[in-house]
Amino acid sequence: MKLILISLIVLGLTGLVAAVLLYLIAQKFRVEEDPRIDRVQEVLPGANCGGCGFAGCRALAEACVKADTLDGLLCPVGGAPTMEKVGAILGLAAAAADPKVAVVRCNGTCEARPRTSEYDGVKSCRIQHNLYVGETACPFGCLGCGDCVAACQFGALGMDPKTGLPVVDDEKCTACGKCVKACPRGIIELRKKGPKNRRVYVDCVNKDKGAIARKACMNACIGCGKCQKECGFDAITVENNVAYIDSEKCRLCRKCESACPTGAIHAINFPPRKPAEPAQTENKPAEAVQTKEAQA
Amino acid sequence: MKNLIVSPAPHAHSGDTVRKNMLLVILALLPAYVVSVVEFGWGALITAAISVAACMLFEWLITRFMLKEPVHLDDCSAILTGLLLAFNLPSNLPWWIVIIGALAAMTLGKMAFGGLGQNLFNPALVGRVFLLISFPVQMTTWPRPLGFAGSYVDAETGATPLYYLKHMVKTGDNSVLGELPDLTQSLLGAMGGSLGEVCALALIIGGLFLICTRVITWHIPVSILVTAALFAVCTGLCGALPEGMSTGQYVLYTLLTGGMMLGAFFMATDYVTSPMTAWGKICFGVGIGLIVMVIRTWGAYPEGMSFAILIMNACVPLLNRIRPRRFGEKKK
Amino acid sequence: MNTFRIGGVHPHDNKQYSAHQPITECPLPEKAIIPLVQHIGAPSQPVVEKGQKVKVGELLAKAGGFVGANIHSPYSGTITKIDTTIDAWGMKMPAIFMDVEGDEWLPEIDRTPDVIRECRLEPKEIIDKVTAAGIVGLGGACFPTQVKLMPPPGKKAEVLIVNGVECEPYLTCDHQLMLEHGEELMIGIQILMRALGIEHAIIGIEKNKPDAIARMKELAQKSLGVEVKPLKLKYPQGGEKQLIDACIGRQVPSGALPIEVGAVVDNVATIYAVYEAVQKNKPLISRVMTVTGASVARPGNYSVRFGTPLTQVVDLAGGVPEDTGKIIGGGPMMGRAMNNIDMPTNKRVSGLLFLRESESRRVEPENCIRCAKCVTACPMGLEPYLLSKQAQMQMWDEMEQHDVMDCIDCGCCLFTCPSHRPLLDYIRMGKATVGGIIRARQAAQKK
Repeated sequence: MKLILISLIVLGLTGLVAAVLLYLIAQKFRVEEDPRIDRVQEVLPGANCGGCGFAGCRALAEACVKADTLDGLLCPVGGAPTMEKVGAILGLAAAAADPKVAVVRCNGTCEARPRTSEYDGVKSCRIQHNLYVGETACPFGCLGCGDCVAACQFGALGMDPKTGLPVVDDEKCTACGKCVKACPRGIIELRKKGPKNRRVYVDCVNKDKGAIARKACMNACIGCGKCQKECGFDAITVENNVAYIDSEKCRLCRKCESACPTGAIHAINFPPRKPAEPAQTENKPAEAVQTKEAQA
Repeated sequence: MKNLIVSPAPHAHSGDTVRKNMLLVILALLPAYVVSVVEFGWGALITAAISVAACMLFEWLITRFMLKEPVHLDDCSAILTGLLLAFNLPSNLPWWIVIIGALAAMTLGKMAFGGLGQNLFNPALVGRVFLLISFPVQMTTWPRPLGFAGSYVDAETGATPLYYLKHMVKTGDNSVLGELPDLTQSLLGAMGGSLGEVCALALIIGGLFLICTRVITWHIPVSILVTAALFAVCTGLCGALPEGMSTGQYVLYTLLTGGMMLGAFFMATDYVTSPMTAWGKICFGVGIGLIVMVIRTWGAYPEGMSFAILIMNACVPLLNRIRPRRFGEKKK
Repeated sequence: MNTFRIGGVHPHDNKQYSAHQPITECPLPEKAIIPLVQHIGAPSQPVVEKGQKVKVGELLAKAGGFVGANIHSPYSGTITKIDTTIDAWGMKMPAIFMDVEGDEWLPEIDRTPDVIRECRLEPKEIIDKVTAAGIVGLGGACFPTQVKLMPPPGKKAEVLIVNGVECEPYLTCDHQLMLEHGEELMIGIQILMRALGIEHAIIGIEKNKPDAIARMKELAQKSLGVEVKPLKLKYPQGGEKQLIDACIGRQVPSGALPIEVGAVVDNVATIYAVYEAVQKNKPLISRVMTVTGASVARPGNYSVRFGTPLTQVVDLAGGVPEDTGKIIGGGPMMGRAMNNIDMPTNKRVSGLLFLRESESRRVEPENCIRCAKCVTACPMGLEPYLLSKQAQMQMWDEMEQHDVMDCIDCGCCLFTCPSHRPLLDYIRMGKATVGGIIRARQAAQKK
């Protein structure tokens, strides 16, 4: 009995002394930090994806607290609601930002782009790109090894086995930009998500002359410039034999889509056209309701 | 012409496979196994068979149902682990203890870390040490080498030479000198001990075979044996040996009895758990040599090889930081 | 010591297909495509125009910088255009296109087969001739030879090492060159010794070529300061750094060039080209290449003028075999697999290897078993298993600290790995990335 009592007292005292020591040391070596950093970090998503351009959520929180204004500071994962919360804590106005989404700008499917060799190396786009032109004749097209899929932390990219191209799930995409960096050919771009999730873009980045590009892939942009002529909003430029639509200027009228002779321009999430128009290949099922085409 | 195949250089391969290396090691173990069957009879056959079968079964079960990965039993690593585990056990060990040992070796020693190539500790030794601690009595009674004349179940047991050696060095009592086998017997294995460790000659032959076929390099075996021998020499020079035993004799007994040869050539050189660079391997070997001699001289157990190897296995990630000599590096 | 000290592997040499096949001239094509990049360095600048008529040996393009090489016309004919074409790897390649008409040579070129032994030129004159002739290293690296002949201030050449090793399996063009043109080669060696101002040259030849060793030894007896060193068979003995270690026992430090240890290394084909340039006024317009493979009908060593379509050379060798899986430019260890043979011959392609489909595919990789065979095999003393994993995890700083920039791309690690892991694929990718980071850092520091 006495033994148990002595053990209890000794251990209890040891614990007490240790606790006091630890407390004193913690106070002595405490790092002074603005308590707001912790509060801001709490409202951030905590994914540490780097999409904001900083090294993790804590770094963004520190930057927000130090800054005078929230302009230029955006968490793409949390989006506007999160930035408003941050603004509320710091007493700043959240910057208005257009949500963005990753867009894969290649439509070189297995059907449209014939395979001219068989790649037997390790499955990595970057390594295949450094080695040679790829399994097709297009030196700019998607290599299909999935570096982008591996880079995405949100599961927003998947490889479509039928086409051999990556597909973006725009519900899950947070526009953090990791896939853009992972692609060795610069095929993926972050573009404005658009009202009702609608956007128009050129699904090709081939800079070869039209005839060469078309020979390698049926869906290539041949740089003919018809889309540029049709566009009433000056949104299209044709440079290096490939057209590019500026998503800031684009009004989603789809005139360029109709004008394109190869079907290289894609319009996403629009209602299906009336039967008189040429059918377009679309990645996503269009809305079933027949409404007037949206004007931004 | 069909589409050409394109891949990065090089486009040639030596033809070496994991399986080839495992099979070569199994081949190198065969001489020692043959001797042990001659020495220990049915016990040797049964223990080895159960150990190998159990290891293969557990690897298949765990890989297929727990890790849910494709099973690669054909790379023969499970067979090798089973054989090495059996070599570390007394041949009269009850069959159910052998199975528990195989389970420990496979799960704790290998699969818990993720399978081949990922483990930190030598699986066969993990199994052996697990059994040693769980079933100390059964694991420390060795049968006399009576061949097929002896029974598997009711084997007549006796002490091993190491037990006598330890007793002599510790107490200075040389009355048991007569119990030690002579050197020919030590070399050829006519003595008590675990299944695979008795015949030093067969193990040396197997070990040299592995070095010649470049399955292992000389660094680990040589550093272990040289360190142990030097330690034995020091023991002799310090006058710790009893009357009637010379330093030379003690060195030879040290090297030829117990798990020294088996450990030096087959257990410590296990690919996954040994260092990757030449100097790392030498430090590894020296460490094992020291620890095994410390345990043999002053520790509670007569045999310290398993513990020595496991302790040094834990140091391997640190030893891997020792870099190889770079081309063009000036010697400091 | 008769080999390099660290690492190395022993692939089957597979030289039996094309060994001892006499050098055969490839007939002239009707249309030729001469690439403007046949060397390490800046692309050469064309000095001819469309419609211009040229003779054999005439200058087509000037070197684009100090590290560059001239390109001369291998044919007489009319220039049809200066445009880009696709090379054997699908990438764009600027080239000069011409129609071949007849075979008219520039008058100053000596076309006789006589061996010209005397050379009384000053070193500077020799170097000028080598530069003008557009000679580059024909061992595969294509480094402009004149740069090696002009050591930077403070560095002195002590020995010329002649690379007659040909350690790549299957290739035999260098071997045949030593057998058929040994005398010219010896004269070329002496010319280079004169240009460098040195008195010692070592010819390194692997022991699987005993007749070449005997022949060169016989010729070396009459040449002061030239010795032949038979070397043990080991890959990559022909690698510059490894050869220097094998011949003179010195290891070039990391990041440095051979001149750092007083050595200048040149391939036998390069030295033969030097002989032709200095003694015969013939610029570099052709080379010997090996066309080989188990299924090739007429494997052998073919002398081709640059700009000949590869298909024509292949037809000479019996055409593309039915069961071809891979076509490799060079040898199987460091050669690059091609995706088409519509490319012309050029200074860079030392051989064409046709691998059968059964020999072409890789085996599915398994887990690393930490056998350390890659560490033992690496001739530069690196740790391939570690570098490969670091490249996969994008740990660029760690790769730089583990000396990835020392990697010579020899392929010993992948060759020897029992788990068939694609070690070199990742290491190469890491090397490219780390190289970019280092260059960016150096550029930022200069500012």
